[in-house]
Amino acid sequence: MNYQLNWSILWSGQTGGWLLNGLLTTLEISSLAWLLALTLGNVAGALRTAPIPPFRWLASAYVEFFRNVPLLVWMFFWYFGMPPLLPQALQDWLLDHGAEFWAGVCALGVYHGARFSEVIRSGIQSIPKTQFEAAHSTGLTVWQTYRLIIVPIALRLIIPPATNETLNLIKNSSVALTIGVAELTFQTRQIETYTAKAFEALAAGTVVYLVLCLAISTLMAVVERRVAIPGMIAQGNASEF
Amino acid sequence: MIEFRKVNKWFGSLHVLEDIDLTIEAGKVVVVCGPSGSGKSTLIRCINRLETIQSGDIIVDGSSLSDAKLDTVKLRTEVGMVFQSFNLYPHMTVLRNITLAPVKVKHVSPAEAEKIAAVLLERVGIPDKSQAYPANLSGGQQQRVAIARALAMKPKIMLFDEPTSALDPEMINEVLEVMTDLARDGMTMVVVTHEMGFARRVAHRIVFMDQGRIVEANEPEKFFAAPESARAQQFLSKILSH
Repeated sequence: MNYQLNWSILWSGQTGGWLLNGLLTTLEISSLAWLLALTLGNVAGALRTAPIPPFRWLASAYVEFFRNVPLLVWMFFWYFGMPPLLPQALQDWLLDHGAEFWAGVCALGVYHGARFSEVIRSGIQSIPKTQFEAAHSTGLTVWQTYRLIIVPIALRLIIPPATNETLNLIKNSSVALTIGVAELTFQTRQIETYTAKAFEALAAGTVVYLVLCLAISTLMAVVERRVAIPGMIAQGNASEF
Repeated sequence: MIEFRKVNKWFGSLHVLEDIDLTIEAGKVVVVCGPSGSGKSTLIRCINRLETIQSGDIIVDGSSLSDAKLDTVKLRTEVGMVFQSFNLYPHMTVLRNITLAPVKVKHVSPAEAEKIAAVLLERVGIPDKSQAYPANLSGGQQQRVAIARALAMKPKIMLFDEPTSALDPEMINEVLEVMTDLARDGMTMVVVTHEMGFARRVAHRIVFMDQGRIVEANEPEKFFAAPESARAQQFLSKILSH
C-alpha cells in the first residue's frame, strides 16, 4: 500500500474551514427544513383526521403528491422549475441570497412534511374517540380540542417515529448537493477533489453525520422521558445509550 | 328542563331511538336503564348533541336542538357529562383538567377557575390531589375528578353515561355518594346506570328502555315493586336475583 494517510487536511487551512462550513450549512438547511416539515406535518396530519371532509381531501392530496415523488426530483423542481414562476423581485432576491439553499429547504421541508403528516396522523388516531367527546362535552371547540388536548398527546406518543423522520431529514439534506448547496457532503467531495485524500475526507464526513445523528437521537430520548405522560407506555422506556 | 318529542334516530338501518317522548323537569333525577344495545347511552348523548337525531325534536332549557342557529358550545356549557371511561386529559394535572374549560370556553380568569376547582375537589372528597396526574389516581378518584371537571362549568344539567361501570366494586360507592350529594343539592340529572340500589334511593323516575323504545317510565317504588311490562319484569328478575 503506497497511499499516505494525511488526517491533518481535516483541520488545517482552507480544507478544514470547508468541512466546518459544510457542517454549518447542513445544520442550517436541516433545521429550517425541519421546522417547515413539522409545521406542515402537524397541520396536514391533524386535518387528515378532521371531521370536515374537504379538509381531509386537501391534506391527503398534499401527502400523496409530495411523498410519492423522489426527493431528488423535488430538489430540481424547486431549484430549476419554480423560480421562473415567481415575481421578478423575489427572483432577484433569491439570486442574491442563495437560491439553491432556499430551494433545498423547500424540497426537504415539503417532502418530509408529507411524511411527518402520516406519523402525526397515526399518533392522533391512537387516541380514543371518547377523549374528543369528553373535551367537546365541556364546550371546547374542535380547534381547541386539537390544539390543547389531541395534538399535545399525539406529539408525545410519536417521538420515536418522529426521531426517525428527523434523522432521515438530516441525512437527506445531502441530496441538496445536486443543486449546489455547499453542505457537508458537498464539502467532503470538494476536499477530496482538491487534496486527493478521498479516504480522510469521506471518513470525516461519515463521522460527522454519525455524531450529529447520535447526538440528536440521544437528545430526543431525553425529551421523550421529560415529556412522557405519567402512566403511559413510553415512560422510562426510551432508548438509552 | 329537557323534553324529547317524537325523537327518532337510526345508525344505518338500525333504529336506535324510536318515537321517544320524555319530559325531565328541573331538579329531578332520572335513571335510564335497560339491556345493552337498548339505546340508553344514545338517548343521553343526544341531549348535548354528541349524537344528532333524524326526526322529532329535543328541547333543552327552552332551546330547540333542531334549531340550526343554536350554539352548540353554549348548550354544552349548560350540560355537563361524565363518561364510563373517565376521559381525563392524561397530560394535564387534575387542577388543569378542571380549569381548562372554564378558562378557555367561559373565559373565567385562571385564578378564579382555580378557586372553583379547589371548592369542587373538596366537594368530591379529594382536595389534596390537585397536582396529581390522572394516571396517579385510582379509578374512583379519576371519576370524581371527571365529575368536578363537568361541574366547573356550572351546568344546569348533568348527564352520566354508566359512570361506575368501569370501576372496581369498592370504588363504586365513593362515586355514587358524590352523585347522591349532587342530587340532594337539586341538580337535574340523567343517569344511565345498572346500579339499581342508587336508582331506588336517589331517582325520582326510572326510564326503562328496550330496542330503542321507552317501554316503561315510573317512580322507583312502583317500578321495582311492580313493573308493568313483561320485558322490565324479566330484566329486573335477572339483575336483582343475585
